[in-house]
Amino acid sequence: MTLSSTLTKAPSPAGASGTGGAAARVARRRALLNWVAVHSLAIAAALFFLLPFVFAFLTSVMTDQQALTTDYWPTSWEWGNYGKVWDTPGFLTWWRNTLLYAGLGTVLTIVSSLPVAYALAKFRFRGRNLALMAVIAMMMLPPQVTVIPMYLFWAKQLGLGGSLWPLIIPMAFGDAFSIFLLRQFLLTIPKEYIEAARIDGCGDLRTLLKVVLPMAKPAIAAVALFQFFYCWNDYFGPQIYASNNHDAWTLSYGLESFKGAHHTNWNLTMAATLLVMAPVIILFFFAQKAFIEGVTLTGVKG
Amino acid sequence: MSLAFGTRKGTGSPAPAAPSTQHLLRRKRRREAARTLAFLSPWLIGFSVFFLYPLISTIYFSLTKYNGFGAPTFSGLKNWDYVFNDLPAFWQGLRNTLWLVVIMVSLRVVFGLGIGLLITKVKTGVGFFRTVFYLPYLAPPVAATVAFAFLLNPGTGPVNHLLGELGLPQPGWFSDPTWSKPALTLLAMWGIGDLMVIFMASLLDVPKEQYEAAELDGAGPFQRFRYVTLPNISPIIMFSVVTGVIQTMQYYTQAIVAGKVAGGIAGNSGQQFEPGYPQGSTWTLPQMVYNLGFQRFNYGAACVVALVLFVISMAVTSILLRRKSGFMASDD
Repeated sequence: MTLSSTLTKAPSPAGASGTGGAAARVARRRALLNWVAVHSLAIAAALFFLLPFVFAFLTSVMTDQQALTTDYWPTSWEWGNYGKVWDTPGFLTWWRNTLLYAGLGTVLTIVSSLPVAYALAKFRFRGRNLALMAVIAMMMLPPQVTVIPMYLFWAKQLGLGGSLWPLIIPMAFGDAFSIFLLRQFLLTIPKEYIEAARIDGCGDLRTLLKVVLPMAKPAIAAVALFQFFYCWNDYFGPQIYASNNHDAWTLSYGLESFKGAHHTNWNLTMAATLLVMAPVIILFFFAQKAFIEGVTLTGVKG
Repeated sequence: MSLAFGTRKGTGSPAPAAPSTQHLLRRKRRREAARTLAFLSPWLIGFSVFFLYPLISTIYFSLTKYNGFGAPTFSGLKNWDYVFNDLPAFWQGLRNTLWLVVIMVSLRVVFGLGIGLLITKVKTGVGFFRTVFYLPYLAPPVAATVAFAFLLNPGTGPVNHLLGELGLPQPGWFSDPTWSKPALTLLAMWGIGDLMVIFMASLLDVPKEQYEAAELDGAGPFQRFRYVTLPNISPIIMFSVVTGVIQTMQYYTQAIVAGKVAGGIAGNSGQQFEPGYPQGSTWTLPQMVYNLGFQRFNYGAACVVALVLFVISMAVTSILLRRKSGFMASDD
């Protein structure tokens, strides 16, 4: 996707006569005014989006006393606040749990969803539309709808309450959103590649791994990012299954308890908040392209 | 649901073939069915175990009295009667959800379209602005909500301090029942990145010739927007409204975290918190499932609310399933 290339069209009004003179000067002035207006708006919008980060950051390096005031600017820069948060009992465990949940969840999701998406995109079979509709229905289902039986199933029948396994294991059985997104992408792969592989004697699994997988890398990257972020951000899941066991909490779940449970001030709370945001944002900078392509893919295709 | 894994026939009946060919054809078809089944198997298990089974169980539990101990006892429509007639909080949750659907979703779509339009007009520093506009969408919801609870806290929060210095009224935001939903809306508009990207992509897809033709016909910028841009992107607007409504039906994390942090509840200490703080103004149906099921151990009533949520979500989803949306497009 080339987003920037299309945006660089010079502001030349259509139908301007090439003779220069007054008309061209007016047009140039209008273009300049337009530029100023657009960019002032953009700067105002940028402030709206950035200031919350800035205020959170400034507060995160204040002293305990100053964080109780209405000051914007820290008088002394207490970088040690980040160390204090890091050393909070449990914080490191929450990190480990979150990484396990997000890492394992992402891998399982990709492995289980790709073949399903491939079948839905490229195989022809009776009931395919019905299966696709079921995927979409599952994708749109609020997790709260099924949570009571699911909780009873995992906690009462399998005794896995107080852990994150009830959240990780289902990802080995396909994730509706990932299946849908991968399918949308696989539709764009021309049939000829797959037929050529078949003529060369490739089985279906080999075709998927050797031909389709390399071509689907951008979509797989997008799905992996989405799934990682989903797990990282998940609050409801850990609340249901892990709330009674501190050692199984994730960052998103633990963070909410931070201010209350530790009787901490806003400065440490903001430091913790930024520490939870940081990995996601860093990951985004490394994989910006894949991510934005993925968001577009979730939109309407075709 | 019954899935039949045969391959679809091409056209008409197959030409009469030698028995051996027919035999081969049947074997091929059976092999293809087995292959389809194998590829779909992870999801078929997932669909049955994590969708069909719990959905049927939810319907069953909604007709029983059950608190997690002992066995559920059949109680007919008692839970339904309780939720609809004796649980005013249910209607409050529904009203709050309606508020969020009407105000939050429409403001998000309008704002997302506005930011999308803005970014297509920016000529200097596009990359910078695009990243900045997108960034808040990535902030984990819990972190973003905690940050907003700080920014908007009525005592020392920078927003109210600023408003005070400007001589403007200082609302109580997350602590005031009339301002808590607007505060959540503000938070939702901050994370507009997803809609911005979708609108930006669709705006760039509008054929340039149409703008040029409109300009030649003497259309001003507003007319060009009204008669060229809007018709071209209306499917995307529809899509974002529908997905926005579906997301709002699931609205949970931000509401519950905002209520807990602003209400000063000691987090997940197991302490019961006032649901929908303040005064039930941030109370939504998903929270009610949690509250009824996991705090009050009234599984039957929780399942009733879950089913209401299910019916509304699926009704909205069915709009997406109409062919026009492109969701069901296929390559053959």
